[in-house]
Amino acid sequence: MSGPLALSNFSIVTSLGAGREQTMAALREGRSALAPCAFDSIPFQTYAGEITGLDDTPLQPGLAGFDCRNNRLAALALRQDGFLDTVAAARERYGAGRIGVFAGTSTSGILQTEGAYRLRDPASGILPPGFDYARTHNTYSLARFVREMLGLAGPAFTVSTACAATSKVFASAARMIATGICDAAIVGGADTLCATTLFGFHALGVMADEPCRPFDPERRGISLGEAAGFILLERPSERLSADTVLLLGAGESSDAYHMSSPHPEGSGARLAMERALNAAGLEPAAIDYINLHGTATLVGDAAEDRAVSDLFGGAVPCSSTKGFTGHTLGASGVAEAIISALAIQHGFLPGSPHTRALDPGFKSRYVLEGHVARIDRVVSNSFGFGGVNCSLILGRSA
Amino acid sequence: MIRIYIEGIGLCGPGLNGWEASRPVLAGTDDYEASPICVPASMLLPANERRRAPQIVKIALAIGAEAFAMAGRDPAGTAAVFASSGGDGDTIHEILHVLASPNRELSPTRFHNSVHNAAAGYWSIATHSRAASTSLCCYNDSFAAGLLEAAVQAAATRESVALIAYDVQYPSPLRDARPLAAAFGIALVLSPAPGAASIACIELELRPGTLTSPASDSPPELEWLRQGTPAARSLPLLAALARREESSISLNYLDDMVLALRITPLPASPNPRGA
Repeated sequence: MSGPLALSNFSIVTSLGAGREQTMAALREGRSALAPCAFDSIPFQTYAGEITGLDDTPLQPGLAGFDCRNNRLAALALRQDGFLDTVAAARERYGAGRIGVFAGTSTSGILQTEGAYRLRDPASGILPPGFDYARTHNTYSLARFVREMLGLAGPAFTVSTACAATSKVFASAARMIATGICDAAIVGGADTLCATTLFGFHALGVMADEPCRPFDPERRGISLGEAAGFILLERPSERLSADTVLLLGAGESSDAYHMSSPHPEGSGARLAMERALNAAGLEPAAIDYINLHGTATLVGDAAEDRAVSDLFGGAVPCSSTKGFTGHTLGASGVAEAIISALAIQHGFLPGSPHTRALDPGFKSRYVLEGHVARIDRVVSNSFGFGGVNCSLILGRSA
Repeated sequence: MIRIYIEGIGLCGPGLNGWEASRPVLAGTDDYEASPICVPASMLLPANERRRAPQIVKIALAIGAEAFAMAGRDPAGTAAVFASSGGDGDTIHEILHVLASPNRELSPTRFHNSVHNAAAGYWSIATHSRAASTSLCCYNDSFAAGLLEAAVQAAATRESVALIAYDVQYPSPLRDARPLAAAFGIALVLSPAPGAASIACIELELRPGTLTSPASDSPPELEWLRQGTPAARSLPLLAALARREESSISLNYLDDMVLALRITPLPASPNPRGA
């Protein structure tokens, strides 16, 4: 990477709450948002980090064509934490055409199409009138919606690399800024519950019937969650406050192993972390905290523990925050990058609710209880189907 | 402005069976003969996977392999950008169909195949590539967005990058909401510096504005395909490369931007690799 980029402002919504303050309060209190899931009358037991109130908050009139659960959550996140004002100021500074939008999601607004398929005409089989494929279901719907809501006119696309989508957008944005295609970028994204992922992960046999317990010897799989988060990335300047967090590096790799199982030795995960360290020009010893992907599957946690302990030797404290929020899939990259940025700014290392004990076979320094700690540099990991891996390194500017 | 060099091309579409075979049609010296898309079996996949793999994966692997063979480059060490306007329509339809039925039990394989980056996953497994890959979507402008992302990545990392862009049709009833003319795939191996395998230099520039006239220079008998399938919006670029003439073309990128390309053919290398 050609120099660090500043996270000038960021906004977040997860089941822990709307905005940075509510998120930080839950992390400090060790309060998980996972609750029994009744979404779409699913016929099996599971827990999820569901966001309430989205059904009652339609999009503003000018953007009504984009109306779906996923874009509603994106809009809610964009309205938090003074983010709209930050973007308006950046638009003044750079011009709307010089700010890119690189958003990530895994399922976009497919929930709309799930509903439309149930309302097919019994005789002809056609979808109901008013179904708007382009602005809801299509993967690009999200980036297009964010670009329109923020009044931006720079380059845009949606990255959809399963659960690494909103980590990869940082790497894309950094390259776009480095090559002068844009001066600043909105990165982030959203993912929301839908039958496709609930039934899909259930079919794979990796969904827990209890709140997920990352790195626990008795872990039984994932809990799903919903999240949206957005960040303004730009070159650092004197204008920014002393507690501004920087993107120091991004590392990407592929497992080349299996579509839905990680490499058992975590070699792809390790490669992503090594490439991120190289990009940031840092040694493993410079890292103070690792926010793990840690979804609480048997093989996923074991592979990541192997990758982390091989590279960091069990010295660096790490935790997965999935026990707070659930696995927010394509949004997990940005949600956990923001949690990592909050950990740096507030000097608080998040714990791992629901994890009762640490798997005795694991070698990494997993942290069960959140505690006060000075944190200067964080690695945040995201891994997805297709064997796609992305690690980000965030750090304190001063 | 970003400058990149084309080292390899892969192509698969209706009546377009690979880059070399399609060049005379694209250059306007041979007539186009319409025929359904014929996807060559990929030797990259084991025999059982070759039959089972979704069409979109077969297209991505076939065009990727063709482009890398022409470039004489090993895909294992090359980063790749995958671009599609809507992912795997067949798999997504099957999932939606099952979820609308009384028994909502999904196939686990179908579920993992439904992700937008499924082709990227199969590609990395088949080529043993642990290099970075991304998979993006920009609706009708997915090819231009992918080309921009790949060129920017090549320029920023000073390493070669592959672009693999493809679309398949949705079955009914989604086909009515999102009709595509045909399945189509194009792959390009891009390099930040000229090399023995380089066939053309492309200078890319992103400009504000809207294309008012339809892209010139692409064969008129393929205009239905260019207009009807987002990945086929690459046809003016392919035609320019096939003619081996200096040319400037513009691709629509979003409603308010244009990706301007200046294409300069390079003299054929005395010892072309794999050509």
